[in-house]
Amino acid sequence: MGEPAAPRARGLAASREPDAVDRKLINALQGDFPLVEQPYAAVGARLGLSEDEVIARLNSLLEDRVLTRFGPMFQIERMGGAFCLAAMAVPESDWDRVVDAVNSLTEVAHNYRRTHAFNMWFVLATGSPEGIADAAARIETLTGLPVHLFPKEREFFVEMKLDA
Amino acid sequence: MSRPRTNAEAGGDELDRRLVLATQGGLPLVPRPYAALANQLGCTEAEVRERLAAMLASGAIRRIGAVPNHYAIGYTANGMSVWDIDDALVDEIGEHVGALGFITHCYRRPRQLPDWPYNLFAMVHAGSREAALARVDEVAALIHSRFPHACRAHDVLFSTAILKKTGLRLL
Repeated sequence: MGEPAAPRARGLAASREPDAVDRKLINALQGDFPLVEQPYAAVGARLGLSEDEVIARLNSLLEDRVLTRFGPMFQIERMGGAFCLAAMAVPESDWDRVVDAVNSLTEVAHNYRRTHAFNMWFVLATGSPEGIADAAARIETLTGLPVHLFPKEREFFVEMKLDA
Repeated sequence: MSRPRTNAEAGGDELDRRLVLATQGGLPLVPRPYAALANQLGCTEAEVRERLAAMLASGAIRRIGAVPNHYAIGYTANGMSVWDIDDALVDEIGEHVGALGFITHCYRRPRQLPDWPYNLFAMVHAGSREAALARVDEVAALIHSRFPHACRAHDVLFSTAILKKTGLRLL
């Protein structure tokens, strides 16, 4: 009891809309972040914002989950690690229990509900390639459900940039 | 240069690994974030910046920047389009699909027969499901016009909830 089990509480929806200045800042932070001593001041200078305002807005955008993250995006395959997309077909009646079980693994980096018989899709991120099969096996043990692994066989070039 | 050591010489890999651990949750939101990291890792600020620059150059870091919550910035429809493409043509078709401006990720992955016949995955982000579906139709039309019999089936899986989004967490 006590704990509200509303689906919303399990989602990670943003708690506010970004304003025009936030959007400008988010767009400016999609590309190259400067490797200078005071990078927030450098970004602010381009946008007409003070260093303090850039930092305060970033804090608030992260706090309100408009941004999920700010920092380096690692390709851990290049450092000996591995990523792997995985999917499960989770019975509706068992949904909440399986969400909690899957999310309890630190190796689960993202997890989405999707419209398909395979209704749970998550990404495993591990420090070594062997870690993927190990994490999948632990999820199967925890949940009693099969985990289907979809390793990346080839990545095709895309120009990934979303305008905020 | 006054660089104390290079990656190949001593401990660079170890410093890189510790930099990953120190920044996987995010870059410090302080005026001098690289100095803060140097403090934490017991190296110089210049070393932190050099290692980050080297990891960007090698591809170990894709980019340093903001990861928006797609929903919050108006991309409310996140469709994973999946395609069952002739193995002989999937790489060529993957290149064409990835080159479309509205595709944000494009991968070849193994089929899982009999449950899952699809071997090409292409993510579409759009402001509505209708807009996303229209884009998937564009992909289907492109494949059909250039490679008439290559695609046997396709589907689109929309995300209806983000259940977790912490990103990489190495122990």
